[in-house]
Amino acid sequence: MAQAETTTSEGKYYVPHASPWPIFGSVSLFVLMAGAALTLEDSGAGPSLLTLGLVLVFALFFGWFRTVINESEAGAYNLNVDRSFRMGMSWFIFSEVMFFAAFFGSLFYARQLALPWLSGAGSKHLTSELLWNHFEAHWPSNGPGLLGPRADGSFKTIPAMGVPALNTLLLLSSGVTVTIAHHALRANNRRVLKVFLALTFLLGFLFVFLQAREYHEAYTELGLQLGTGIYGSTFFLLTGFHGLHVTIGAIMLLVIWLRVMKGHFTPDRHFAFEGVAWYWHFVDVVWLGLYIFVYWL
Amino acid sequence: MAHADSLAHDDHHDHKPHGIGRWLFATNHKDIGTMYLVFALAMFLLGGFMAMLIRLELFKPGLQFFDPGFYNSLVTSHALVMIFGGVMPAFVGLANWMVPLQIGAPDMALPRMNNYSFWILPFAFTLLLSSFFTAGGGPAGGWTLYPPLSLQAGTSFPLTIFAIHLMGASSIMGAINVIVTILNMRAPGMTLLRLPLFCWTWLITAYLLIAVMPVLAGAVTMLLTDHYFGTSFFNPAGGGDPVMFQHIFWFFGHPEVYILILPAFGIVSEIIPTFSRKPLFGYDAMVYATASIAFLSFIVWAHHMFTVGMPLAGQMFFMMSTMLIAVPTGVKVFNWTTTMWRGSLSFEPPMLFALAFLFLFSIGGFSGLMLAIAPADYQYQDTYFVVAHFHYVLVPGAVFAIMAGVYYWLPKWTGRMYSMALAKWHFWLSTISVNVLFFPQHFLGLAGMPRRIPDYSVQFTDWNMVSSIGGFAFGVSQLLFVAAIIHGVWYGKPATAKVWDAGVHGLEWTLPSPAPYHSFEEAPEIH
Repeated sequence: MAQAETTTSEGKYYVPHASPWPIFGSVSLFVLMAGAALTLEDSGAGPSLLTLGLVLVFALFFGWFRTVINESEAGAYNLNVDRSFRMGMSWFIFSEVMFFAAFFGSLFYARQLALPWLSGAGSKHLTSELLWNHFEAHWPSNGPGLLGPRADGSFKTIPAMGVPALNTLLLLSSGVTVTIAHHALRANNRRVLKVFLALTFLLGFLFVFLQAREYHEAYTELGLQLGTGIYGSTFFLLTGFHGLHVTIGAIMLLVIWLRVMKGHFTPDRHFAFEGVAWYWHFVDVVWLGLYIFVYWL
Repeated sequence: MAHADSLAHDDHHDHKPHGIGRWLFATNHKDIGTMYLVFALAMFLLGGFMAMLIRLELFKPGLQFFDPGFYNSLVTSHALVMIFGGVMPAFVGLANWMVPLQIGAPDMALPRMNNYSFWILPFAFTLLLSSFFTAGGGPAGGWTLYPPLSLQAGTSFPLTIFAIHLMGASSIMGAINVIVTILNMRAPGMTLLRLPLFCWTWLITAYLLIAVMPVLAGAVTMLLTDHYFGTSFFNPAGGGDPVMFQHIFWFFGHPEVYILILPAFGIVSEIIPTFSRKPLFGYDAMVYATASIAFLSFIVWAHHMFTVGMPLAGQMFFMMSTMLIAVPTGVKVFNWTTTMWRGSLSFEPPMLFALAFLFLFSIGGFSGLMLAIAPADYQYQDTYFVVAHFHYVLVPGAVFAIMAGVYYWLPKWTGRMYSMALAKWHFWLSTISVNVLFFPQHFLGLAGMPRRIPDYSVQFTDWNMVSSIGGFAFGVSQLLFVAAIIHGVWYGKPATAKVWDAGVHGLEWTLPSPAPYHSFEEAPEIH
C-alpha cells in the first residue's frame, strides 16, 4: 500500500494508505437512496433495499471510524493531520448551519411575507380578494385552507414554558457538563472526565426522549402534525432535523465515552473529543434559535 | 486490514498501486483528479448528446421526433448533467491535480474523503439517469425544480431529489478538502498573497459551495416532504408559497453560477500571463475582486425572479446589487487585458481558449447586464435570450476555460505534448460553431421565442435552423478534443519540465513532467 511520510521543516506530511471504505460508502449511499426512493413510490423492493442501505451505512460508519481510530491510536497522525481534521470539522459544522438556515429562512418568509400577502397586505389586495377572501393572517397558522387532521381546522401549539423550557435547561446543562469533561481531560483527571461525559450524553438522550413524548402529544392531542399547514411544516422540520442532530450528537458522545473508558485520548491530543464537543455546542445553539423563534415568539 | 502492515514498514516512496484497486481505493490526488476529469468528460459528452437531440427537435417547427414530455426530460437532465456532472467535477478534478502542485504539498489534506467525494458521483448520476426508465420518464420540471410542476413527476421525483442530495454531499466534501488543503498544506513561505490565482479562486469557490449546497439540500427536502408527507411549504392553502421555493433555490442558485465561473477566472489568470510573458497585472486586485464577486453573489438572487410579483423595493434592490457585480468583473477583464498589453504574446492552444474566453464570456456578461434591468427583464424573462446569455457564460466561458486548463497542464500531467495542429483545429471549429450555435438565440429571444418548448411559431424557423447547425458542428468538434487528449497521452512527444518555454511561473513547473506520484515529498522553499 502506498504511504508516504516525508519530513519538512514543519514536521511530517502524512498521506494515508488506500482504503476500501470510501467506495463501500458510495455503494451504501446508493442502496440507501434507491431504497428510500422506491419505498416512497410504494415499489415492492423498496423497504428491503432501504433496510439493507441502513445496515450498510451503519457498517460504513463502524468500519471507517474503526480504521481511523486504530491509526490514531497507533500514532500515525501528526499535528499537521490533526489541524486538517480540526479545519475539516469546523467547515462541516458551517455547512450544517447553512442547512438549518434554509428552514429558518422558510419560517421567517412564510410568517413575515407569505401569510400577510395571502391576506392582502402590500400590493397583494387582489390576491386576497380573488383567492382567499376573508383570510386574516395570524401566527400560528395552518393557512387559509385550515389544513390539518381536525375537521374544523383547529390545532394547538406546544407552550414554550412547559417541556421546551425544560429541554432548553437540559441542553444548556449538557453544554456545561461537556466543558467540565473537557477541562478534566486536559487536566488528566480521568474520573471526572468519565462521569461528566456520561452525564452529557445522558442529558442528550433525555432531551430526545422528552421531545419524542411531545411529538406524541402533538400528534394525538393537539392536532399538530406535519400536515397542519405551514406551522406544522416548519415546526416539525426544524425541530425534527434538530432532534435528529441531537440523536447523532449523543451517539457521537457515547462513542467517545466508550473510547475514554478504553483509555483513549491524552491531555494534549484528543481531536475526536473536541470535534464532538464542537458539534454538541452547535446543536445547542440551533436549539436556542428554535426555542426563541419556533416556541416562544 | 492492510493498514497494520503498511504502518509497520514505513515504505517511503512512490510505488503506485496496481490494477483496479488503484482507482477504487485511491487516495492519491492525481489518480482522483484523473478520475474526476474522465468522469466530467464522459458527462460532457452525454450532456452534449442530449443537447444535440434538443437541437434536432428544434431544427424545424412542429413536433419532429419526441413527445413534449420526453423533450422536457432532455432539457432538465441536460442541465443537471452539465452542471453537476460536467463543469463542477471538471473543476474539482483540476483542483485535485493542481492545488497540491501549486502550493507545494504532497497530496490533498483529506485523501480518503477525496476518494469518497468522487465515487459518490457516478452513483448519484446512475440514480438520476435511471429515472428515464421508470414510469413517467425522467425529471421534466426543469433543473430549477419549481413547484408545483416538479411535484407532479412520477418515480423520477424522489430519484432526482436523492441524486441531488448525493451530489451536494460530494460537493461539500470536495470543497472542505480544497479549503483545508489550501489553508493547512502550503509550503513554508507560501503566504496567502503569494497563492496562485487558481488556488485563490478555488478557495473562494469552496467557501461558496459549503455555504449554499446545504441550502439546496434543504430546499429539495422541503419538496420531498411536500410531496410525500403532507407539509405545505409551497402550498398556499396551508399558508406556504411556491415563490418561497424560488427564493430558497436561487439563494443557492446564484452563488452556484459563480461556483461555475470563479475557477475559470483562476485558470485564465494562470494562462494569460504565461503566454504574454508578463506577470499578471494587479494580482491583489484580482484576489479582492474575486472575494467581492463571492460576497455579492449572496445578495442578488431574486434577479432570477423579477416577474414573480415582488414588491417594488425588492426589485430595485436586486437590480442595483446585480449591476454592482459588473464592477469587480470589469476589474478582472481589464486586468487580463492589461496583462497582455505590450506583452510578448504567442498563441498556443491554451492561450487561444483563454482569449476566446475573454471575448465570449464578456458577451455573456453584457447580456447579463441587460437581464439585470428589471423593467427590461419583464420582456426577456423565460425567452431564448436568457438561454443565449447563460450558455455564453457557461460554454465559451466555463467550458472553454476548462479546455484551456486541460491544454495548459496536460503535458505536466502526462509528460507528453499533444498535437498542436489537432488542438488548434479543435479550437477554431469550436469557437466558430459555438457562436453560430448561441448568437442567433439572442435574436430568437428578443423576438419572443420562449424557452423550454419543443415546438415554435414558424417565424422563428430560420435562426433555429442556423442555431441547430452550429450545435451539430460544435458537438462533432468536441470529438477532436477527445482525439487530441488520447493522441497526446499515448503518442505525444516528451514534454520538458517547464513545458511552455518562457513565461511560466509557479511551483508546478519546478517538478519534472510527468509530475511524480507524490508531488512534493520535500516542502519547496518559496522566495
